[in-house]
Amino acid sequence: MTENSIVKTEKKGEVTTPELTGGNVTFTPRVDIIETAEELLLFADIPGVKPEDVDVKFENGELILHGRCNPRFDSAGLLLGEYEVGDFYRVFALNESIDAEKISADLKQGVLTVHLPKSPAVKPRKISVKEK
Amino acid sequence: MQLSRWEPFGSMWKEMNRLQREMNQLFSHLGSDGRPGLAVSFPALNVWQDEGTVYAEAELPGMELNDLEIFVTGGNQLTIKGERKQPKLDKGTWHRQERGFGSFARVVSLPVDVNPDRVEARLVNGVLTIRMPKSETAKPRKIVVKAE
Repeated sequence: MTENSIVKTEKKGEVTTPELTGGNVTFTPRVDIIETAEELLLFADIPGVKPEDVDVKFENGELILHGRCNPRFDSAGLLLGEYEVGDFYRVFALNESIDAEKISADLKQGVLTVHLPKSPAVKPRKISVKEK
Repeated sequence: MQLSRWEPFGSMWKEMNRLQREMNQLFSHLGSDGRPGLAVSFPALNVWQDEGTVYAEAELPGMELNDLEIFVTGGNQLTIKGERKQPKLDKGTWHRQERGFGSFARVVSLPVDVNPDRVEARLVNGVLTIRMPKSETAKPRKIVVKAE
């Protein structure tokens, strides 16, 4: 990560700070984050989470992603179990250069996309040089 | 995904259960491609059954059914093939790149024969569920015992 990065780091200590929701297992979703001139774009894989069960919060400079997901089947007849089903939770600390009012998110086929537009102050500006 | 597990109570028996399950998986005939020990093959599968049906489930976020090929051969060989394509993005600086993309194929042997013509697949919220009705010969039959 570059030194002047806009994404600082994840919270120190326990990366996944759980919110207890009926004792579900909690996973850290895999994410991609790309920074362009205009915005930070975040993608998180949260398969099995319904749109109404996703919470995206931005407070005190932290972006909090939480997706609730309940078990989908009864394990009584299980023949092969290679993964567990549970909640997704992850927190990122961002610096103040995000325009919090304009953050938007959508969920499609288990992929959460969060648009975090930069505040005008930090957007690169092109200065036109006049000829004299 | 295995590494990012968080166990709320970190209880010992849960871990032991998991260990046992993984060991069973290692030696089970359901192991991927018939090569034991390759439990990391993608996609990870959960397979379960009830009286008349075998179900298989896989987490495939960001995919469409059109990107997938699902078929049953030889009565009990389930194949899932596909490609997860990376979305095209404008140039920028990557801060995290943790998600995987590319082609995959997975074959598992089911413990019973299923009817290949009646296999149904659904992809909802990035979760693939395959419903495979057991073939008539594989269904349990109740034998009436007559008393004389």
